[in-house]
Amino acid sequence: MRKKSQNIISSRANKKNGFASRLLPFSAIAAVLVIWQTVSMTGLVPEFMLPSPVGVARAFIGDFPLLMSHLWTSLAEAFLGLGLGILVGFLAALLMDSFEGCYRAFYPVIVITQTIPTIAIAPLLVLWMGYDIAPKVTLIVIVTFFPIAVGLLEGFRSADEDALRLLKAMGAGRWQIFRYVKFPQALNSFFSSLRISVSYSVVGAVIAEWLGGYKGLGVYMTRVRSAYAFDKMFAVIFLISAISLLLMGCVTLLRKKCMPWEKK
Amino acid sequence: MEKLRVTHVAKAFEDKQVLKDVNITLREKEIVSLLGVSGVGKTTLFHIIAGLTMPDEGQVVMEGEEITGKPGYVSYMLQKDLLLPYRTIVDNVALPLLVKGVKKKEAREKAGAYFEEFGLEGTQKKYPAQLSGGMRQRAALLRTYLFSKGVALLDEPFSALDTITKGSMHRWYLDIMEQIQLSTIFITHDIDEAILLSDRVFLMGGQPGTITKEIIINEPKPRREDFNLTEEFLEYKREIIRELKG
Repeated sequence: MRKKSQNIISSRANKKNGFASRLLPFSAIAAVLVIWQTVSMTGLVPEFMLPSPVGVARAFIGDFPLLMSHLWTSLAEAFLGLGLGILVGFLAALLMDSFEGCYRAFYPVIVITQTIPTIAIAPLLVLWMGYDIAPKVTLIVIVTFFPIAVGLLEGFRSADEDALRLLKAMGAGRWQIFRYVKFPQALNSFFSSLRISVSYSVVGAVIAEWLGGYKGLGVYMTRVRSAYAFDKMFAVIFLISAISLLLMGCVTLLRKKCMPWEKK
Repeated sequence: MEKLRVTHVAKAFEDKQVLKDVNITLREKEIVSLLGVSGVGKTTLFHIIAGLTMPDEGQVVMEGEEITGKPGYVSYMLQKDLLLPYRTIVDNVALPLLVKGVKKKEAREKAGAYFEEFGLEGTQKKYPAQLSGGMRQRAALLRTYLFSKGVALLDEPFSALDTITKGSMHRWYLDIMEQIQLSTIFITHDIDEAILLSDRVFLMGGQPGTITKEIIINEPKPRREDFNLTEEFLEYKREIIRELKG
């Protein structure tokens, strides 16, 4: 009985702690916004250089329908690119795990692709593929497949030796070993990689759109920049951050759904 | 009836001879222990019998069929339960059936039928992390049983358990062995465990390792409640210690 009540007390204390620590980042953000608003209102920085948060919010609401239509374009590119990126990353990891030769030959190449700055290759892609969706999706694939490939490969290669031996002793074939041991053991690192890739995909879409296109948040950004509409610039920056956070949250949810054994 | 025969097995790794002329026979429903100090080549022998390692010389024969270097015939279980943390208990236990190509639903039903007998009822949908060490070893043994064609190798399966759990696992193990058709080779370095559970004890020793002595435990099964406190038990123990000291 006593033990039970102690448990309740300690769990309540935990909850309280958890609530306070969750509130902490929000209060930090709120503090920054308040300081920013004060700076703008006192005229320390002129409004046209740095719009106030309220001004940004006004711009966001005013342009909301337009922002949403651009957002859909960017999101469609991001999802398409991410989907293909996952597929390419998965296949690359699978090949490199299955054949040692592939690993030795292609791993360095894959690492080199990541040293090329995205911003340098994007204009080339536009020149080669035009102003439509193709160069954007290609760029997103290039930036998103890498974390997936590396994460999955690491997961596949670090599979428990004894578990692999057990499956072999059961007479399991390559595919069965992959399905029952390697793949599920790689899920953890896959989801960590996916979190990174998801945010890369949105940023990738925006960067690709800067360099040419008809629609999308990047296009919107270049237009409001040439109009020196700083408030709209900030509005779109906040929108991109919010979308990235939201998508990362979705990955966390998906991970929980896919890995029910991780529950405490 | 003879179940498994290991004849003249030898194995070397990079010029270091690990095993030399190892001979073991295992009869139906028999429990045979391999007892020896660490590094005597027990695990290598174990991998050879399971078909995971090819011996340099000798062969492994199961019911007249040569299975040297062929996995899938002899099942095994380790000190680590090796239950896959991302599969529920029933899906872990059913794994050998799935590997054999049995449909998922059928495999679950087949595996589920043994849960009560193995003292695992109610754990089907739990994950391994939610079970105690003793329960996990039971589940691992059930999986071993379902994957076997009648012969199982157990490599120190109970050595990670605390003394009390270990004692009750021994009793449970002997009980369950009375009920299921399984012939077992039991690797251990615990002399008491070897005497308590086995029909025969093979002592391993030497460099390279080989069987130095076979001791037959003449004690009817099921064992008496206090067998491990009797004079006969101590006599076996003295004999084994004498032999191991060489």
